[in-house]
Amino acid sequence: MAYSNKVIDHYENPRNVGSLDKSAEDVGTGIVGAPACGDVMKLQLKISDEGVIEDARFKTFGCGSAIASSSLVTEMVKGQSIDFAMSIKNSDIAEELKLPPVKIHCSVLAEDAIKAAIADYQKKKAARAAAAAS
Amino acid sequence: MSIKLPIYLDNHATTPCDPQVVEAMIPYFTEIFGNAGSRNHSYGWRAQEAVERAREQVAALIGADPKEIVFTSGATESDNLAVIGVARFYKEKGKHIVTSSIEHKAILDACHALEREGWEITYLPVDKEGLIAPEAVSAALRDDTVLCSIMWANNEIGVVQDIAAIGAVCRQRGVFFHTDAVQALGKLPCDVAALNVDLLSISAHKIYGPKGVGALYVRRGRPRIRLEPMLFGGGQERGMRSGTQPVQQIVGLGKAAELARLALENGEVERTRRLRDRLWDGLRANLDELYLNGSWEHRLPNNLNVSFAYCEGESILMAIKDLAVSSGSACTSSSLEPSYVLRALGVDEELAHTSIRFGIGRFNTEEEVDYAIGVLTEKIRWLRDMSPLYEMVKEGVDLKSVSWVAH
Repeated sequence: MAYSNKVIDHYENPRNVGSLDKSAEDVGTGIVGAPACGDVMKLQLKISDEGVIEDARFKTFGCGSAIASSSLVTEMVKGQSIDFAMSIKNSDIAEELKLPPVKIHCSVLAEDAIKAAIADYQKKKAARAAAAAS
Repeated sequence: MSIKLPIYLDNHATTPCDPQVVEAMIPYFTEIFGNAGSRNHSYGWRAQEAVERAREQVAALIGADPKEIVFTSGATESDNLAVIGVARFYKEKGKHIVTSSIEHKAILDACHALEREGWEITYLPVDKEGLIAPEAVSAALRDDTVLCSIMWANNEIGVVQDIAAIGAVCRQRGVFFHTDAVQALGKLPCDVAALNVDLLSISAHKIYGPKGVGALYVRRGRPRIRLEPMLFGGGQERGMRSGTQPVQQIVGLGKAAELARLALENGEVERTRRLRDRLWDGLRANLDELYLNGSWEHRLPNNLNVSFAYCEGESILMAIKDLAVSSGSACTSSSLEPSYVLRALGVDEELAHTSIRFGIGRFNTEEEVDYAIGVLTEKIRWLRDMSPLYEMVKEGVDLKSVSWVAH
């Protein structure tokens, strides 16, 4: 597969690999994809009460472009607001990495991972609010 | 001592020409350039002599008579000619063919073409080791079966079928038997009489010869086999394959066949087996959760096909760029489908995505194998540290119990 230099760079020097405490209240975890399809992404976001993404970590099972897409996403969202993160489109990721057409699904997966991680965080937050109200 | 990188461990895909092969070919480009079909001058005679000598060398490798060797452009043509040529010649006798689900595409696609023209094809399944029982072949043969084609050794997993037994079953039922011997030749001793084969495909570039040339063995003794040609013209190769013989390529194949025969006799093949075993032992000593694909017992001495669980194949290839190997992962193909051979064995899709094929060759050294073990150990650990699946398994999660969201 002929990849752009950006994919190669993110693959060879992946940013923010690792895990955050998934039981922590301020951490949202998104796991998307399936082993049988050949790619699984785990994205974790640590989000402040003000809705700022303070930290991002990923682990990915997948091809070079899946790993590069997740690595790029952690860089894009760090220090940004939830709203900004929610606005990231898969085409933004695909363009930035110049993904070949057959690998566009990797960027879709990365977009899904952001949404899943934020949804998990918001679910936790809502549960906390409900517990406090009762 | 220095190692030349990347290390070539993909000898099932192709092999480099042996320098002795190249040396044998060179005079036939410039000096002895005649058309082997020119009967009226010495240029033609000398070319023809060279072609006939090569025919003898190829015949000697497989225990055949030189008259039974038809030169082709390669094993794809040999496979196509065997299947389609026999099917068309004997179409009045019957229109049923038996083959297996793990054949090379040169067989499978030829069968698909015949299906479109009204033939019926039975694709035999393999067991989880990749093996086909002779009894299963016997059960699939019908009164209208004209041909059975089962590969000797598989190109991905190196699994070796019991060709002699399958051939005996076919012979008994009066069904012609073809085998694609591309991967097995030069690694397993070959005697077409003992193997009960009627047709056998050969490729030069898998046995340290040049690309662009191969051969088909077509039995002449009892039972004599006939086939309908696919190329028409000057009637070369006893009318079975028209076209000016590429003399220098044929000379290369002949020399490669001679060297392949020597390799079986002088312990060269055993040397590749020791290297292959060293690679597998070394990997298993350093890494957990490695899964061998295909039978260990019935396997080519130079093949290793391993699933490195929790690491996707294409990402492995990118990480080990100092090693030239190939993967059964979907992401390395344009179809996004994982290897049909691994799926035929019933290998889980998640494991098929993590498979790597190694093919040890004549020019590999112990030093190279040790280097490969080092690179793989380091990079598989690196990828597993990045793999959410490996992390989950280490936390005690059963991946089969997770409801994944397929996309």
